[in-house]
Formats: sequence, structure tokens, C-alpha cells
Amino acid sequence: MSEKKFSKKHEWVSLDGDVATVGITKHATEMLGDIVFVEVPDAGKAVEKEGQAAVVESTKAASDVYSPISGEITEGNKAIADDPGSVNTDPEGASWFFKLKIKDKGEYDSLMSKDEYDKFCKENPS
Amino acid sequence: MEVQKTALYNYHKNLGAKFVPFAGYEMPIQYKDGIVKEHISTRTHAGFFDVSHMGQFFLEGDETLIESLEKIIPADLKNLKINHSKYSFLLNNEGGIIDDLIITRTKKGFCIILNAACKENDIKQISQFLKKNHKHLLNNNLSLIALQGPKSVEILEKLIPGVANLKFMTGKNFEYEGENLYVTRSGYTGEDGFEISISNTKVEKLIDYLISNEVKPIGLGARDTLRLEAGLCLYGHDLNEKINPVEANLKWAIAKKRKEVGGFNGWEKIKNLLANGSEKIRVGIKPDGKVIARENTKIFSSDNNEIGFVTSGTFGPSVNAPVAMGYVKSEFSEIGTSIQLEVRGKKYGGKISELPFYKKSYVK
Repeated sequence: MSEKKFSKKHEWVSLDGDVATVGITKHATEMLGDIVFVEVPDAGKAVEKEGQAAVVESTKAASDVYSPISGEITEGNKAIADDPGSVNTDPEGASWFFKLKIKDKGEYDSLMSKDEYDKFCKENPS
Repeated sequence: MEVQKTALYNYHKNLGAKFVPFAGYEMPIQYKDGIVKEHISTRTHAGFFDVSHMGQFFLEGDETLIESLEKIIPADLKNLKINHSKYSFLLNNEGGIIDDLIITRTKKGFCIILNAACKENDIKQISQFLKKNHKHLLNNNLSLIALQGPKSVEILEKLIPGVANLKFMTGKNFEYEGENLYVTRSGYTGEDGFEISISNTKVEKLIDYLISNEVKPIGLGARDTLRLEAGLCLYGHDLNEKINPVEANLKWAIAKKRKEVGGFNGWEKIKNLLANGSEKIRVGIKPDGKVIARENTKIFSSDNNEIGFVTSGTFGPSVNAPVAMGYVKSEFSEIGTSIQLEVRGKKYGGKISELPFYKKSYVK
């Protein structure tokens, strides 16, 4: 598994061959608060870079989760749809959102590194 | 308009509150624990809420004050005993709800607790009916603290002996730190609890005591999930000037005598609706799955006709499921009726549900 890369919309991506795993960052979960609903995409769905791919809702509001990378969904994580609260406890581990077969590794390479993302969060507090 | 702050603003800040603008005030939406933990700790132990943004409106006058207020409030104020409270409304000429409120009879008149966003207009509306010898005051020197949850009585009784004897929807003056304060047994969470009207200069001391008894601070976020589980309306969402008490399924809050005799704003219309029913009515809604049907979600019948809309919807931490309230055509309002909720363009199943979603434990 490759190192994690990060998007400005607070998703993370890791790469294993041409299959990417996508989730939301710990920082995102801290902004959202208690997560109470998750909708993940079905296998076979095509997603564009920065296109809407999943939904996450906290007690406060619903938010879209975007795919930081284009490709075809191979799996949505049903476990987090059954237990949305698990996204708060392990957002960057077991509580990934979906996996997809990517088309262009360049899209992955252009995302932020961990250090760049941390700096981005500090400069853009919300 | 300048953003207002309650007397406890800095106190909230030190407790790690996240603030949001609400009805012209900077109010805590949540603290460090987050909405779900705050909700659960209110249900299992006790929580305190700073609701000082709400209007504490005092009226004084002779017998004619009752006549004046009864023109806009459909409660039986004549027979309301001193220190007893009623849930009621201000009504416009069409019977629409200008605000919902709690009115308490005091020795010299009445105290009305008004919603923060409505209080300025409310006072204008009430004033139309007041006479020269009626005195009124919106008291901004007082804070209002709600203490809610099963441990509330034990904790407050230690500090203010006698509060345990209060019955639900009654109040009394007590002494605290050499000053008068007024405590009612009431609330907005579906739990036993109190609302404490206390001077701005003493409120921090009261909160210090509550925190030392492990009472958690609770923000507007959990206040919303608690009240929704308890089936209680939020003005501006579930109620507004175009909705009347019959449609809002709150006809119980119009006094029996007043239903018969009338004499209040919008009575003709309300009398007719009481006899014939309304076209739409407020109901509880439970989505079948985990999907949350938030405000403005469209409601459809099982055969795909649009029949209404959601006015409040969230995840209920104690019910451990999504809960909502909304208005549907009356023929679809029976408990158990299957409906569909349109969320993000997709239709999800749901059912008309009994209210409250969470059973209360008020002390009667």
C-alpha cells in the first residue's frame, strides 16, 4: 500500500496497484461531529475526480463526500453504512468509504502529502 | 444589528463551546463532548442549557390585564393559579401562531417566556391589547438556565431546598445568595427538570455549582435532538404564522373554556377547524432505515403522490434511529401509514409515528 495522499475537500487516498481506497480525514470528522448516517456507492459506478461519490451526515448536517480521483467503484464499505459512528473512531483506517479502480495515477500524484495537508488545515481553519 | 451575547458567553468559551449565530445571539451549538454525548448525559444524568436569549417578559396590571392577554393568548388565564404555568401561543387574526410560549401567573400579573427570534415582534403584538395601566418589562438583567435530566431534582434540591416539591408546570420564588430567583419545573427535553430565572450577576455561581455536580453543559445541537425525540415543536420550523394550533396538532393547548367561548384572535377559523378538522396536520415520522429526512424533505404517499413536507428531522441518539416531524394531508396522518421520503432525489420508505419518540418522565 502506498503512502496516503490528501485532498482539499478532506478526503484521503491510498493506492494498491491500480485500486485506490478513499476515506475522509480525522480533521473532517472533527469538523463534522458525531456521524450518524453514511451512504456509500455501489460497485460499478463511475466517478469523476472531485465528483460526488458518497454522503456523510452528522447530527448537524449532511455533506457530500467527493472522490479525489476518477475511476470505477469496486466496493463501498457496507460496515460504515451499518455503523456510521465507526467513522468517528477510525476514519483513516477501518472506516474507509470506497475503493475504486483508477484511470490516471497522475491524479493521485497531484494530491497533497500528509505534511502539505496538515499545513493546509492550519491555514484554512473552519 | 449587533450580535448579542448572554451573561455566560465567556463562561461557555472557557468550557470549549463552539458558537453559532442564533436569533441574533452568539450561542453554543456544542461543547467538547459533542452532540450525541451531551444528549445522552442529559437523559442519563443531567445537563444545563443557557437559554438566556429567550425573552423573560413580565406584565403587571389589574383584572383588565387578563382580558387584554386573553385576546391574543387562547389559555384560560382567568383560572390560572398563581405559580402555575401553561404552554400556549400568541395568535394572529387568522389563528396563525405568532409564537409559542410558556405563561406563568405571578402575584402581580404574568411572566411569559418568549422565543428569542420572536420576542421583539411578540411584545409589539401583545402591546396592541394592553391598557395604559398595564406595566410591562422585558427583563434583560435575568439569565434563564434550564437544568434537565433525571438527576436534576437531587442536585438542585441540595442547593435550593424546596424545589423537589414543585410539580410539573408550577414554579416558586426561592432565595439564593441573598437574592430572589424563580424556579419552575419544566423544560424542553422530555426529561424531568427545572428552568431557573436568576440575575446575571449570580448565574456564574449557579453554574459553578452545577458543574461541580457533574452536570454537563449542553448546546443548541443536543437541545434540538432532545426536543425532537420528545415530540416538541421548534418555532420557525414546525410552527409559523401560517400554521394554526389545530394543524400543529396542539389543540390540547387551547383551554376547553376558550374553545367554547372564544374571544381570541382567529377563533372563528379555529372553531371551524375544531369542528371539521384541518386539511393538513403535524405528525411524527420514522424513516424505515438510517436515512435522515431533514427540514423541507418532500413526503409522498405509497402511490407516489406528494402529501407533505418535513419541518424537523435529525438522528435521535436515545431512539438510536432517525426521527422527524412534518405536515401531511390529514387523510395520511394515521399512525403506521406507510409514506415515502425524498432525500437527495431518491425515495426512502417511512411511517407515520406516534409522538413523542422518546417517553417522558415528568413529575406530576
